[in-house]
Amino acid sequence: MKNLSKNIFLIVSTSVLLLWANVAFGSTLKVCKTCTYTSVKQAVKKARPGDTVLLQGGVYQEHGIVIDKPLTVLGQNKPVLDGNYKGQIITVIADNVTIEGLTLKNIATSYRQDDAAIRVVERSNIRILNNTILNTYFGIYLQNSDNCVIKGNVVSGKDVTGLNESALGNAIHLWYCNNADISNNKVTGHRDGIYLEFVEDSEIKNNISQNNLRYGLHFMFSDGNVYTHNIFRKNGAGVAVMYTHNIRMEHNTFEGNWGAAAYGLLLKEITNSVIKSNTFRRNTTGIYMESSSRLDIQKNEFDKNGWAIRLLSSCIDDTFKLNNFTGNSFDVSTNGNSSMNHFENNYWDKYSGYDLNKDRVGDVPYRPVSLYSMLVEKVPPSVMFMRSFMVDLLDNIEKVLPSFIPENLIDEQPMMRKISYDNDRKIAQVVR
Amino acid sequence: MNKIIKYVFYDIIRNKIILAYTLFLLLLSFGLFNLGGSPDKAILSLLNLVLLTVPLISIVFATTHFYNSYEFMELLVAQPINRKKIFMSEYLGVASSLSGAFIVGAGIPMLLFGAGVTGLNLLLTGVFITFIFVAMAFLASVITRDKAKGIGIALLLWFYFALIYDGIVLFILYSFSDYPLENATLALTALNPIDLGRIIVLLNLDVSALMGYTGALYKSLLGNLWGIGLAFGLLLLWVMLPLFSSRRIFSKRDL
Repeated sequence: MKNLSKNIFLIVSTSVLLLWANVAFGSTLKVCKTCTYTSVKQAVKKARPGDTVLLQGGVYQEHGIVIDKPLTVLGQNKPVLDGNYKGQIITVIADNVTIEGLTLKNIATSYRQDDAAIRVVERSNIRILNNTILNTYFGIYLQNSDNCVIKGNVVSGKDVTGLNESALGNAIHLWYCNNADISNNKVTGHRDGIYLEFVEDSEIKNNISQNNLRYGLHFMFSDGNVYTHNIFRKNGAGVAVMYTHNIRMEHNTFEGNWGAAAYGLLLKEITNSVIKSNTFRRNTTGIYMESSSRLDIQKNEFDKNGWAIRLLSSCIDDTFKLNNFTGNSFDVSTNGNSSMNHFENNYWDKYSGYDLNKDRVGDVPYRPVSLYSMLVEKVPPSVMFMRSFMVDLLDNIEKVLPSFIPENLIDEQPMMRKISYDNDRKIAQVVR
Repeated sequence: MNKIIKYVFYDIIRNKIILAYTLFLLLLSFGLFNLGGSPDKAILSLLNLVLLTVPLISIVFATTHFYNSYEFMELLVAQPINRKKIFMSEYLGVASSLSGAFIVGAGIPMLLFGAGVTGLNLLLTGVFITFIFVAMAFLASVITRDKAKGIGIALLLWFYFALIYDGIVLFILYSFSDYPLENATLALTALNPIDLGRIIVLLNLDVSALMGYTGALYKSLLGNLWGIGLAFGLLLLWVMLPLFSSRRIFSKRDL
């Protein structure tokens, strides 16, 4: 990991230096209503590699701008590029391009070409900074492009209620891109907020993804990525990550993903990963895990979820340690009767044991799986008996005389008090 | 008939038990609303207690009241009054005073803490449950002359609907878990007024998202105004059934 970040640092700093050199030595082409160039297209055509195209404030009705040499396209006083629903606005087919401070808007839904506000095709060292993208099909679309930076952009679609998934594109879409840096972006109103496929060794940081129709974050086959301090809120189905190993997810917030098929975090075939210090609040299912093994799930906060964790029996060797479980309808539910996972030192608000030697660790083990949650997992219609007196009675009998609930799914050393992560949080705030 | 209802009503109001019941509900609701942060949460907790205590108190109180006013009824029967009228006024007197106590006890806190439509649903459910269990109590009391036996039957009825029934249904669902059971569950819950009441309230709270496919099915059926009407119609059926059968027995049997 250290090596990786070192590499990223090297690459980023080199590219920054290079770009700076370019800017320093290239000339600046101004675009405005009264300048030599009245359209971006003209300026890009005339510019030599290393030049800066400077857009002054105003509205430009343009689409199909192709950037085919290393340029910096810079917006001053919030210039607006209006695509008028005629097609893609900017396509980048050169290395070392920077696009900064523009407002791009209005792209129609196009099932055939996947039109985007900014598309980068098979290039590297592209920087897309502080742009505002409104009402588009895809927002930022990178294909086969390495070492790119997507930072501080606002990508905002439309109100997604009642829309069909296929009628919407993704806000930030990366396909076969390594070493990407996606940070401080705000994405709303698309199909997926951030979509990564075959994206490796990248960093996704400080983003806010909310009110998207499907997933706030969606990745597949994307190994070795780091996700920190992101907020995923009120997305149709939460966050789904699949077929990946070696990822780190830390200090993220998953909240308000509430609905019949919504998840805070859905893990499918994720291995050797760390999920640490995240907050899961008010999700129908906090974490849903399927065929995921060797995960280290630590210091997370599970608050007011329907199911805090749904652990399918296809998961093995997962460790749950020092997590807080408060106010969840079901703490853990599973579909099998033996479980190969390890629970230790978590705080469970439903725990009713005692602590004689005052070491803050309960003397009686806690079984987080209740009989009723197993019944619901086996016979879904029985969920209609939620909060029935009989159900509470059965659960309590089972707690005293366990016979159905999994023998090994047990926290031998539950904590007596809620674990405080304040120190961690403070550090996180400083970092932020 | 109105005179008799009035008499029964005042007779019960004078009784200390109904006052205690109102106070108990008031204290409970105020406590829950003050404890839980949001009114939704308080309603969820209140629901559990309402579905357990309201049927129990209604059925026990109504049964004892029926036996205690046997002499009064015998006196009335000697007068030129239709037996059905006597029975119905007796029933309406008891049911309305109990549901009045419930409305005051649970309704005032709800109004104060702003519980909204869900609160209204809970209140309506509670009133229906009161009417249903008073009708069941009367059925239990007309079946047998023996007071102890009558109260025994009443308690059994409560035990069956509040506890055993859910156990049986869960067992059935578990045994037939290989089959699609959504519609069966729907039918089975309709056969128990307590379950029906619970589901009406739950579907209107946001926990309904936990209920997955079955919940969605219920919601599509009971979620709209028509569906709520249907559910309350079913509850009304649950009032009619024991009420009319006991009225029949009462008007035919030898007192």
